Amino acid sequence: MPTLETNRAIDAVWRIEAARLIAGLTRMVHDVGLAEELAQDALVAALEQWPESGVPDNPGAWLMAIAKRRAIDMFRRRETLDRKVTEIGRDLETQEPPTAEPDFDAIHSSISDDLLRLVFISCHPVLSTEARVALTLRLLGGLTTEEIARAFLTPEPTIAQRIVRAKKTLAQKKVPFEVPAASELAERLASVLEVVYLVFNEGYSATGGEDWMRPALCEDAMRLGRILAELVPKEPEAHGLIALMEIQASRARARTAPDGTPVLLLDQDRSRWDQLLIRRGLAALERAAAIGEPMGSYVLQAEIAACHARARTPEETDWPRIAALYARLVQLVPSPVVELNRAVALSMAFGPAAALEIVDELTGIPSMRNYHLLPSVRGDLLAKLGRQEEARAEFERAASLTRNERERELLLKRAAE
Amino acid sequence: MRFMVMIKSDERTEAGVMPTEEELTAMGRYNEELVKAGVLLAGEGLHPSAKGARVKFTDGRPTVIDGPFAEAKELIAGFWLIDVKSKEEAVEWMKRIPCTDGVETNVEIRQVFEPADFGEAYTPEQRERDEQLRLAARKD
Repeated sequence: MPTLETNRAIDAVWRIEAARLIAGLTRMVHDVGLAEELAQDALVAALEQWPESGVPDNPGAWLMAIAKRRAIDMFRRRETLDRKVTEIGRDLETQEPPTAEPDFDAIHSSISDDLLRLVFISCHPVLSTEARVALTLRLLGGLTTEEIARAFLTPEPTIAQRIVRAKKTLAQKKVPFEVPAASELAERLASVLEVVYLVFNEGYSATGGEDWMRPALCEDAMRLGRILAELVPKEPEAHGLIALMEIQASRARARTAPDGTPVLLLDQDRSRWDQLLIRRGLAALERAAAIGEPMGSYVLQAEIAACHARARTPEETDWPRIAALYARLVQLVPSPVVELNRAVALSMAFGPAAALEIVDELTGIPSMRNYHLLPSVRGDLLAKLGRQEEARAEFERAASLTRNERERELLLKRAAE
Repeated sequence: MRFMVMIKSDERTEAGVMPTEEELTAMGRYNEELVKAGVLLAGEGLHPSAKGARVKFTDGRPTVIDGPFAEAKELIAGFWLIDVKSKEEAVEWMKRIPCTDGVETNVEIRQVFEPADFGEAYTPEQRERDEQLRLAARKD
């Protein structure tokens, strides 16, 4: 009996079917936690039966049938119990009112609608960001608790607890299983996109662990992002996010040197960029543009990334466009870091003088006081303007602020020039 | 991880017989499932080998052989490039390819190389350096 192989096949089926299964079940039983339990029960049944019987032709339908049967049994038991309790005449005040058996065969609009509801409930604002991330990867990504724990370098019980608590919160707060009303859709969608991008960034610039990147997390995020863009095809920001992720991921192979040092964008070997991902990213951007709404922050960031992706050499980069895109981005997302990026683009496009004015204004902002890239950029602009003495002081300051040894060396070298 | 799935030719595809409307619809629906699941990266169908050619190198010198080629079953009629978690997941998706009764369909599933696959030379020193870098990078 090829048990190990069958188990792997079951894992694969789970990955493919979990979200749809849980989404469909949640609509029936109005409780995402219960729905997941039922789906898990069905999976356990599969683990017991499939090694004997083989994987059925339509595993999704098989799992759903089992899960529904369990749900019906459970509701009937509960109903019988409620009836008995009433007959005995016990005090019912502490009991839940008898729940009518859900209409398990009700024809619903579509699987996509259920999936979208599942997306919104997993990223609901009543949950902490951490909980949203864990729940989204669990319910929509089909990841096991162990996989999530490994990806976030967090002990498994912590993740398990987080998921249990999140489901409890959703039940306690009676969060409905629905797509938000038009009036709050934009805000709720933003929360979903944020969760997906957070997962991507955790993989792209890993904040912990042995690896500089954790590609599996990037892939999970991109898969979620692609699913999302299909679920809300009329939302430009969903296309913007997937475009941004595809284009950033296209550089994965080029962003580290063989010895492990990070390679800056302009120094990267562009022949190592993944053209397939770039094409996909640009296509997603076109879809966003076709919707014809003003660019949101993900579309803008993706457009900036696309400027680099389109340039065959660093010299071909359309810096004026990048500077203009940053100007629009900083209006949407006021942030000194974005403003600093705009200054760099401006200096590339029009020379150091205009950029220096912006950077000088940023030096007064408290949150930027210890941000080493500010004196580093300022030093660079001053050097270009021939103000060597001031430039030296800035590089020295930047060197004292950075905690990266290599970067410190580089900055001190520039200070000595 | 990425897999390339190649669907093999048969007498029909090699003869340039176009799929029926029914087959096309079924395949379209299947591809849509792959897209909706965020799995499909690319996919194309190929013309019969009669429209293709082979370039063979002998001692560094190329010889061009025009199609068609014999052994229809060894040829490729189309491909999917998919992004999945495991070979098993790739297999599971491919088990769902719509197939016509009475026609034998063969697909071959092959994993695409990724940078990590070249990681044999990933030494402890390298790992330590990366650790340093990581510590530095998180401060950005």
